[in-house]
Amino acid sequence: MTLDIEVKGLGVSYGREKAVDGVSLKLPGGKIYGLLGRNGSGKTTLLSVLASFREQSEGEVRIGGEAPFENAAIVNQVCFIQENGHIAEGYRVKDAVKLAASCWPNWDEAMAQRLLEHYQLPQKKRIQSLSRGMKSALGVAVGLASRAPITIFDEVYLGMDAPSRYSFYEELLRDYMEHPRTFILSTHLIDEVSNLFEEVIILDQGRLLLQEETESLRQRGVSVTGPAALVDEFAAGLNILGEQRLGGMKSVTVYGELGPERERQAHAQGLELGPVPLQDLFVHLTKKGGGKR
Amino acid sequence: MFDERSPIYQQIADQIKDDIVSGALKEEEQVMSTNQYAAFYRINPATAAKGFQLLTEEGILYKKRGIGMFVSTGARSTLLEARRDRFFEEVVDRMVEEARRIGVPLADILKHLEKQREEGNQ
Repeated sequence: MTLDIEVKGLGVSYGREKAVDGVSLKLPGGKIYGLLGRNGSGKTTLLSVLASFREQSEGEVRIGGEAPFENAAIVNQVCFIQENGHIAEGYRVKDAVKLAASCWPNWDEAMAQRLLEHYQLPQKKRIQSLSRGMKSALGVAVGLASRAPITIFDEVYLGMDAPSRYSFYEELLRDYMEHPRTFILSTHLIDEVSNLFEEVIILDQGRLLLQEETESLRQRGVSVTGPAALVDEFAAGLNILGEQRLGGMKSVTVYGELGPERERQAHAQGLELGPVPLQDLFVHLTKKGGGKR
Repeated sequence: MFDERSPIYQQIADQIKDDIVSGALKEEEQVMSTNQYAAFYRINPATAAKGFQLLTEEGILYKKRGIGMFVSTGARSTLLEARRDRFFEEVVDRMVEEARRIGVPLADILKHLEKQREEGNQ
């Protein structure tokens, strides 16, 4: 079963400050979404609302057509794993897993045990005495084993070392293909995980900057490199996100597909066109004073 | 694994084409599933599926319902023909451009090619 998420004009305020402001989104069920944004852009606040950890100040949220807040039918369909887990710190690992098993109707105990073993989590230790990496691994194990139709990982894997993260990506993909459901991953490690995302959502200062298929977003960024005067002439009127100069050479990052006509023109002028990694595109799009959008 | 030069689905499609041209993948042979591709390269299965879709649209692959994707009969000759069409523009013209840039006379290139032909004839 997959559940659609729909958010309309969502606003969340902390006192006077608006952490999320006028965000509207449609997330059809069964995809892996990447939620990107700088620190303080409202990612965790948005995810907390989706997970019914918090009620919105404005707007509407619908999960499977229903308002999720304090709605028992929806709450156990959404599993939200945060970096500083909401898992009780005083619990032993095995008790925390037992508790999680009782929360999620689709819980896969065999998978949970396999992951605990894989990440070498000591069953009898209390969570507060685990290392940061182990706490992350426990979160990952619980999130995957929950098999919740909507599973949200908010930066959980940041504490894990590279081999553990890679095994997490593999486990997530494999289980997603066997049991299609919605995953939302917020992350700073864009280059590392972006290949997992079918769609990317970018928040900037509490507002939705864009929601787009990862592959088409990737194609929107083009770098144009060549002699400065030629590059300037070529890029005039285009949406320029950033530029760099090295002696007489210049490289500009352009946002928006060029189209075959302009590509031919660039080629004829001896300008070099190149791709822009998603992470660079993200940096350009979310930095203050970046190009107009 | 993948470079940043072109979309990943394009690269998957190109890789399959290379395998067909080299003979590593035979006509009427089954291709790995999108899920196998996704797991192997750690990419979203929808991305892998897009690469496959590209190849079905071009008639290189076809789908047997409930079984999987197969290489079409005639795929190799279609691909070879397309590559030959682009050969002069994409390989030779670029080589000439580079030669001019670094000051290699075309006469030297011709000499080199001539030598290769003689060696090939032996």
